[in-house]
Amino acid sequence: MITLLKRYWDIFRKPAVHYSLGFLTMGGFIAGVIFWGGFNTALEKTNTESFCIGCHEMKENVYKELMSTAHFSNGSGVRATCPDCHVPHEWTNKIARKMQASKEVWGKVFGTINTREKFENKRLELAQHEWKRLKANDSLECRNCHNFEYMDFTQQSPRASVQHSTALAKGEKTCIDCHKGIAHQLPDMSGIEGWE
Amino acid sequence: MKNTIKTLCIGSFILLSTIAIAEKNIATLREETPLNKINESPAPLQNASNKDIKRGRAYPMQPPVIPHKIDNYQLDLKVNKCLSCHSRTQTEESQAPMVSVTHFMDREGNFLADVSPRRYFCKQCHVTQIERSSLIENDFIDIQHLLSK
Repeated sequence: MITLLKRYWDIFRKPAVHYSLGFLTMGGFIAGVIFWGGFNTALEKTNTESFCIGCHEMKENVYKELMSTAHFSNGSGVRATCPDCHVPHEWTNKIARKMQASKEVWGKVFGTINTREKFENKRLELAQHEWKRLKANDSLECRNCHNFEYMDFTQQSPRASVQHSTALAKGEKTCIDCHKGIAHQLPDMSGIEGWE
Repeated sequence: MKNTIKTLCIGSFILLSTIAIAEKNIATLREETPLNKINESPAPLQNASNKDIKRGRAYPMQPPVIPHKIDNYQLDLKVNKCLSCHSRTQTEESQAPMVSVTHFMDREGNFLADVSPRRYFCKQCHVTQIERSSLIENDFIDIQHLLSK
């Protein structure tokens, strides 16, 4: 085994005899474009709603729940898809999230939430992951569409404008602190801060 | 005997037809559509009033009406969205009116530590309102006005 590896390492280290520098540079460049492009295309493919609801775990649970909310159906016809809220849009964070998602592949393979009952039992844990993520990034995925700078408080209800112009404006609270369960059903909230 | 039956028959006929006529005069949101039929032109749905201004109560024990939207409020065994503002422990932060102490009583009148299960489902009694004029004229007189007469 070691000798085999050593042989390949020697070949790898040796300068090319038959190929020109130009060929190797151009070849490397073209191969790089193809691999990088392919990687990003595949990544984007996993970032579509049809990919998410390709599994019944998502389609029969969280997607069904989303359908009755304002983020799916509303007067203006603008809607949010799964990755809009659940995948960071910026590249580095997106890759980090995609690496975390390998746990979800594990869950899919071993059927961690393959029935409604199993899903309901894990709902609190899964919800807490999302609350933690959104709390940590100051509800970035909400703010990708809902920009505080352009909020017209006069269009909001008195309660909403009071909360938004005080706690949210000062940065004491972030969207997810009050808007939990905005797009999916909530787990048992006993003991969760603000729901005692 | 024969006459009695005759009288009964005529009597019940008159009674039934009066009921039938009376039914025609009852104003309903379904506009006289029978229960087993679908109303072809139902009244359009309207958004709940969202002004956050308390309305008066029409009679002494009336459950207060909800002065805001409650669209998609989750209210089941796991979660009570209403109580996330109106519960005893949350009112300080939310400044929402606290659930009445009667909601902590069981049916024997004993006070419990938390909202009684029989009062848990808020929407059984408390409803939203829409900004709309009355369907029919209301000549109800409040007990206070009756007393002062």
